Amino acid sequence: MRTVTRWIGDRFAMIAALLVLGYLFLPVAYTFVFSFNDYRKSNIIWNDASGPTLKHWKDPCGAPGVCDSLVTSLQVGLLATLVSTVLGTLLAFALVRQKFRGRGASNVLVFVPMATPEIVLGASLLTIFVQGFSRVGLQLGFWTIVIAHIMFCLSFVVVTVRARLQSLDPRLDEAAMDLYADPRSTFMRITLPLVMPGVVSAAMLAFALSFDDFIITNFVSGNETTFPKFVYVSYLRGIPAQANVIGFSMFVIAVGLVVLSQVVLSRRGR
Amino acid sequence: MGLFSSSKGAFRGAKGDLVLDGVRKTFGDFTAVDGIDLTIPRGSFFALLGPSGCGKTTTLRMIAGLEQPTEGRVMIGQTDLTGSRPYERPVNTVFQSYALFPHLSIRDNVAFGPKRRGVSDAAAQADSALELVQMGHLAGRKPAQLSGGQQQRVALARAIVNNPEVLLLDEPLGALDLKLRREMQVELKRIQDDVGLTFVHVTHDQEEAMTMADTVAVMNQGQIEQIGPPEALYDLPKTRFVAGFLGKSNMGKATVVGREGDQVVVEFAGTTATVPAARAPEGADEVWFGIRPEKVRIVTDQSGGHRDDVRVTVVDVSFTGVATEYIVTVPSGRSWTVYEQNMDVDPNPIRPGDTVWLEWDPAHSFAVPRSADDPDPAGDAAELESAVAS
Amino acid sequence: MSVVAEPAEELTPQREPDPPRSKRRFNTTAFLLLLPGVLWLIVFFVVPIVQLFTVSLQSKYPGFPGYYYRDVNVGNYVTALAEFWPHFVRSLLYGGLATFFAFALAYPLAYAMAFKAGRWRNVMLICVIAPFFTSFILRTIAWRQILADDGFVASALRTLHLLPGDRITETWIAVVAGLTYNFLPFMVLPIYASLERADPKVIEAGGDLYGNGFTTFRTVTLPMSLPGVLAGTLLTFIPASGDFVNASLLGSDRSTKMVGNVIESQFFKVPGGFPVAASLSFTLMAVILVLVTLYVRRFGSEELV
Repeated sequence: MRTVTRWIGDRFAMIAALLVLGYLFLPVAYTFVFSFNDYRKSNIIWNDASGPTLKHWKDPCGAPGVCDSLVTSLQVGLLATLVSTVLGTLLAFALVRQKFRGRGASNVLVFVPMATPEIVLGASLLTIFVQGFSRVGLQLGFWTIVIAHIMFCLSFVVVTVRARLQSLDPRLDEAAMDLYADPRSTFMRITLPLVMPGVVSAAMLAFALSFDDFIITNFVSGNETTFPKFVYVSYLRGIPAQANVIGFSMFVIAVGLVVLSQVVLSRRGR
Repeated sequence: MGLFSSSKGAFRGAKGDLVLDGVRKTFGDFTAVDGIDLTIPRGSFFALLGPSGCGKTTTLRMIAGLEQPTEGRVMIGQTDLTGSRPYERPVNTVFQSYALFPHLSIRDNVAFGPKRRGVSDAAAQADSALELVQMGHLAGRKPAQLSGGQQQRVALARAIVNNPEVLLLDEPLGALDLKLRREMQVELKRIQDDVGLTFVHVTHDQEEAMTMADTVAVMNQGQIEQIGPPEALYDLPKTRFVAGFLGKSNMGKATVVGREGDQVVVEFAGTTATVPAARAPEGADEVWFGIRPEKVRIVTDQSGGHRDDVRVTVVDVSFTGVATEYIVTVPSGRSWTVYEQNMDVDPNPIRPGDTVWLEWDPAHSFAVPRSADDPDPAGDAAELESAVAS
Repeated sequence: MSVVAEPAEELTPQREPDPPRSKRRFNTTAFLLLLPGVLWLIVFFVVPIVQLFTVSLQSKYPGFPGYYYRDVNVGNYVTALAEFWPHFVRSLLYGGLATFFAFALAYPLAYAMAFKAGRWRNVMLICVIAPFFTSFILRTIAWRQILADDGFVASALRTLHLLPGDRITETWIAVVAGLTYNFLPFMVLPIYASLERADPKVIEAGGDLYGNGFTTFRTVTLPMSLPGVLAGTLLTFIPASGDFVNASLLGSDRSTKMVGNVIESQFFKVPGGFPVAASLSFTLMAVILVLVTLYVRRFGSEELV
């Protein structure tokens, strides 16, 4: 009897999991299918009159602004990832490896942005950018987006790197020092390589968060347009199928890169 | 590698006995090590034995340079190492949990030290160190792919490869099961003989310390209670703590009542006993009388004089094969243990509840100082527990 | 026998309480490590939040739309709450429902990934994260198409007479479905992380002890994953209740507006709406922080902070 329930239990969990994964992928599939739609005004309704077409794939930048917004998103994403990963990693090192006054306060300062709704982050940044920073010449645009993205990615980087650092045995550093490694080479040869997987996943997370952010960007972008903002704005006017082409391509590229990095990591692990 | 040239050159050359000179270590209000003076001869196998929290690991970390003493000096030969960093000392450690670098292969783990010192044939040295611990065939693996015993050997190779002046072992066998532990004890001893380095071995296992070390120091509450060869420590403990921690002792709260030639006469539990003067503290009146369980005989009648024996009630008899262990109660209420070798084939006539006599050769008895404020719990077991816990 | 081997001594080296002097001494390394990150968070998080608060108390210059003067105008909060309390309630309700459904969907997935997937584990992990890279706006629009009136979902439900209002889009159902979908990965990942850390042997032991699979799950598996569930519910509830994209793309203009929509339109579409929008934002943040604090106190662990 027990084996029967267990048999069903095993299958049940896996079947449910696959159904949920299917649910996660369903809209992606829709995005893919509609990239072949020979749409009229807005790429929402399938055009039965003319069949699927490859023309949007042949001319992905054909719709005005779509590629500019993609380039902006990539630039913002790379900058925000770079800065937030560096700052967040430094912070994580201080929080885990150093003893200082105000550590509790620093932990709260890192946590609270994650517990704040994005719309509040966006709104608050908008108020200082409009009421304060514009006076020193910082207008809403590319750089305000970068600043905002660094801010909200930072906490996620800290949390990811901190978890990795906490799982490291501090005795490894002691062992390295015992084996004639000065603090510099202890850091370079032991601590850093061991923390690196955490830093890499933090960076990937930061890029994903930045690339996909719309709510905060919407508040602080002024006339600058990122890819999600382009899609949101054009939804009201008429969305081009090129957005689907780019959205789906990004998905494929990202999955490809992640798979590649996994393969490389597991190779090196052996 | 310039860092290693000037200041380290002096240290790397440091040779000789390891000397701890008045070493103290406090953490805030807590005194972990309370004034230790030690000279560990070059090439010896030295064990620091003591219960949890006695300060032995802190002592080890001060020798390694992972902690700095609050007072006192750490020296090798004439070279004062106090204040120098771990990587400046010709000292290597086998850590309790091995602390192998998980991202490096076994070979790279072992070659880590030589490489940091700029040795040209680091990999070759690593391989020969791995051969020494019989791990050469696994040099390409990662630490996670090894068993506990194998990791232990690698940790040893990683320390030995540097040919340090002093090798520190921090409970190196603590994580191994009993059988593997016995094997590794023999192995460690062999390797020490081979390489001839000074080994300082920290352990809480008295049997491990006694089987392996040339010299054992028993530590308690940040101080060294007694130092000596294992046999000497066992035969003649100098303190109540050592008598209880190193093997088992039957103790009696005794008062010195007189001296007869080179014998000291004491009274305890309504009995008179003699202790050789050389085996008793000089000039003390309040002492603990002690006799090891295997040095006591059980007799059914009081056969000798009315000295060096005691009338007891048998509480428990357990047959262990080679020997039979008796738990008895002496008139003061204290529990004693007796080990009798099973020489006879006759069935044992002694049963719990019997009243018998214990007798012993007074040459085997000893006495240790007793202060008025000594705790005096009912039995040795309880007393020992409190000593270990403290 | 005499000296029983004590339990493995000092698993961590004897690190006693720090010497008191190190507390008083200024830690330069820590300061330098912290400086850039903390400064960034102070200038671009703390200061803006304080500024948001002062804006929420500002008053309009009469006759100069878009200009405000410093004031302690609590009236903004009164307006915000009196006029927009239904949006607050709706936001918390939709956020709560989405969190519940996301939990129900995420748990089996996380469980299967941790215990059943074997070597497919990493592939499934990638599958959970991958949809992020198609913009979430695009995926939300795809939901609008999937749930459209003439789509197969709505048609099927209509045929079965399970759709009282005859449509899914423009209703709260679509909004909650969209919220559930969009924040599902944030629920899956922490639960998976905490289950992955759990020892399957403990669960097996539980199975031997109770036999019944459900009892084992309730008494052994679920408690072990609780820190992950806690983190997951927070990471889902907070963004879901502050969202406006789903309500605006999937909902109707009238009946499904959330507080996020109000804040957005007060900032961008209502002239002179800044103070009210700020007080709405500030209230939303306060409400969520209070709820989160209560929730963490009730079920909490300190792992989160």
